[in-house]
Amino acid sequence: MKEGKYTFVQGNIACAEGALYAGCSFFGGYPITPSTEIAEFMSEKLPLRGGKFIQMEDEIASIGSIIGAALSGAKSMTSTSGPGFSLMQELIGYACIAEVPCVIVNVMRGGPSTGLPTSPAQSDLLQAKWGTHGDHPTIALVPNSVEEMFTETVRAFNLAEYFRTPVIILGDEIIGHMREKFRLPEPGELEVIDRKLPDVDGLCRLPYRADGKHPACLPNFGASRFHVTGLNHDESGFPTMDPSIVQESNSRIIDKIYHQRELIDKVETKYCEDAEMLFLAVGSAARAAEEVVEEYRRKGIKAGLFRPVTLWPFPKKQFIPYAEKAKKIIVPEMNLGQLRTVVERFARSEKVIPVNLVNGEPLDPEFIMSTIEKCSK
Amino acid sequence: MKYEIRFSGSGGQGVITASVILGTAAALHDGKNVIQSQAYGPEARGGATKADVIIADEKILYPKAQHIDYLVSLTQKAANKFIKTLKKGGIVIIDGDFVELPDSPDYKIYRLPITSNTIAKFNRTTTLNVVAVGAFAEMAGLVSMDAVKKAVIENSPAGFEEMNIASFELGRDLARAAKKG
Amino acid sequence: MFDYSTYLRSAKLPHIWCPGCGHGIIFKSLLRAMAKTGWNKDEIVLVSGIGCASRLPGYVDCNTLHTAHGRALAFATGVKLSQPKFHVIVVSGDGDSLAIGGNHFIHACRRNIDITLVVFNNGIYGMTGGQYSPTTPYGDKAATAPYGNVEPQFDVVELAKGCGATFVARGTSFHVPQLDDYIYKALMHKGFSVVDVVEACYTTHGRKQKTKYKNNLDMMKWQRDNAVPLSKAQTMSAEELKGKFVTGIHHETERREFVENYQALIDSLKGGKK
Repeated sequence: MKEGKYTFVQGNIACAEGALYAGCSFFGGYPITPSTEIAEFMSEKLPLRGGKFIQMEDEIASIGSIIGAALSGAKSMTSTSGPGFSLMQELIGYACIAEVPCVIVNVMRGGPSTGLPTSPAQSDLLQAKWGTHGDHPTIALVPNSVEEMFTETVRAFNLAEYFRTPVIILGDEIIGHMREKFRLPEPGELEVIDRKLPDVDGLCRLPYRADGKHPACLPNFGASRFHVTGLNHDESGFPTMDPSIVQESNSRIIDKIYHQRELIDKVETKYCEDAEMLFLAVGSAARAAEEVVEEYRRKGIKAGLFRPVTLWPFPKKQFIPYAEKAKKIIVPEMNLGQLRTVVERFARSEKVIPVNLVNGEPLDPEFIMSTIEKCSK
Repeated sequence: MKYEIRFSGSGGQGVITASVILGTAAALHDGKNVIQSQAYGPEARGGATKADVIIADEKILYPKAQHIDYLVSLTQKAANKFIKTLKKGGIVIIDGDFVELPDSPDYKIYRLPITSNTIAKFNRTTTLNVVAVGAFAEMAGLVSMDAVKKAVIENSPAGFEEMNIASFELGRDLARAAKKG
Repeated sequence: MFDYSTYLRSAKLPHIWCPGCGHGIIFKSLLRAMAKTGWNKDEIVLVSGIGCASRLPGYVDCNTLHTAHGRALAFATGVKLSQPKFHVIVVSGDGDSLAIGGNHFIHACRRNIDITLVVFNNGIYGMTGGQYSPTTPYGDKAATAPYGNVEPQFDVVELAKGCGATFVARGTSFHVPQLDDYIYKALMHKGFSVVDVVEACYTTHGRKQKTKYKNNLDMMKWQRDNAVPLSKAQTMSAEELKGKFVTGIHHETERREFVENYQALIDSLKGGKK
């Protein structure tokens, strides 16, 4: 083992630890299984370091509170699961258009509706992308280990602060609740990005002016008496219905993340170079897929795993070359084909073998292999 | 090597804590790769609950138990429910005071009088789960005793360290007696 | 003469409100009360939801936050808790604060968080064209109550008191000096303060009541004639008070304030007491 401080905790706790490492000082949340350990941990740790925890009256209030705190200068976070994530959608859009950095953790469970509160699922992959109304930027990260619950949470804060946009972490019940050993990074070991503040004395008159490809940098409340609104607005932050400005600004908030994809993209590939059977999977399903890939390789089958750690924006540039070479693309996921709809944009659907499980049981390697066998017959 | 251990019983018996103690011991003190997980139902007490530990030298990919090597069952309901998850040739440790399972060529069974001995020694059943950890640790020999002891102490509420260590040793004694059996 | 320009973003005027609307009157009252506090504009955060009243922050030279429909208090709670030095004021219509934002309203009262809420209570959804709200008078016609409103009304004062607000007043857009006083006292109050301001929307509400009001002036008269000061109301019977609204400071008490309480918790943890 590498030197250092090791810990053996649940994924949800690692996520909360990651938030603290990144400098999160405000948490607003509402209890919901299977994410509640995150709120519980933050309620204990934040006041010890002068931070603030509040249990709001519902998930809408939770995300409202973290946006308010973020505008006041705090790095802020909420955590939830499917039903609460649905309630948060409107204000995720608000954070997108008002360009407010915040982190939303969704520890996914079975759905729709109350569904299976204590069972794993990957039910919200597309909701994370398309849940709020209107065109908007989406950055969503999908950890697949307890360690990644920590490191991806740190990265989520960094991306939120840099790009001035909400960042979503899609955990799932398996990753959130299981305990696994990982080494706690030392302070300073992982990069921690703080928001850039405008370089002005006194009032910042154009808080929404972007500097080239760099996102606009809003001041914090208190430093500059500016205006924030969920209405379409111009560079000054005030509402406008000028078609050319609205066209430009609606595009800009999306373009800002696509202009610097290199800062966002993260994929893990295993044996993809010569893979004839290419697995595309995220989160806990990717761990099952990896086991199948290893098993196939032992049998001499050229299998490979493509795992987007950043799911949105989808890493198509990295995926397409492998997808083109592969004879079959297997998409195991704990839903009824959400990732498959994405894959089929880049690969012929005859090549795609969907592996879908929504019965509340974990998607295991045997199920993947038996589904592939059935499809191959 | 890779082993899967399933602790099972009724909600409130400390089955999850048992698995956390074992997991902590193997992961942090023996330096193994470990994943601990549990199944959640809607009830906080009662039902048939399980908590699993996977211990391996190699990296653990799929994080859930699939082929149980060791099953520890503290209630009949849990034993009935989970015996079918045991792999062929696996080992079962049951609380012989309450749980009955037939002998089978498919598994080796150890019936340990856990509850009666725990009550006899501590006048309560609070530490039943730690007794079970001791029994398992002694029986399987997968983790070092020092590691488990450390983990028992780390997972003890303040003031209960001594009683938990005594419970752990009681479990070991019961296992040794059963092995000689 | 009070100099409003100090507090205005003059370039953002004229405002969007109709002639005869009470919003402008309450707006000026709020500005006078804010000035009287002597607060630094950099430390005032003015928060609103969605609706006619919620456009107000855009005209004020301080930190301004125009949020989503009903959610002003949720955002404001985050602002205040994360930065207790800010003076946080929420302006909100009756639909915004009592219907879609009702849950946040009752919990802000319960927490007794040091925020002032001014309810611009014109008894109608004005911006969307005059649909009935939780305070539309019984029987009044509205865009979604073409045969007259059949729903009962919230009494904002009773609701706020019942939920735990520690300062509750009611004024009108007609009785302006009193309103200045209520808002000023609400701002200075430590804890959650609510000022319910009865006013009227002729454009989307008054016009629909064929015989009741001929013009917006009639709606000002309605406020003049139906407001009953608290002291007088105490001498009147329930029957006599029917259709009236009682003005004055209804409730003023001290109770632990949420943000201070949380800070005390942080301090106690630093001291290792816990």
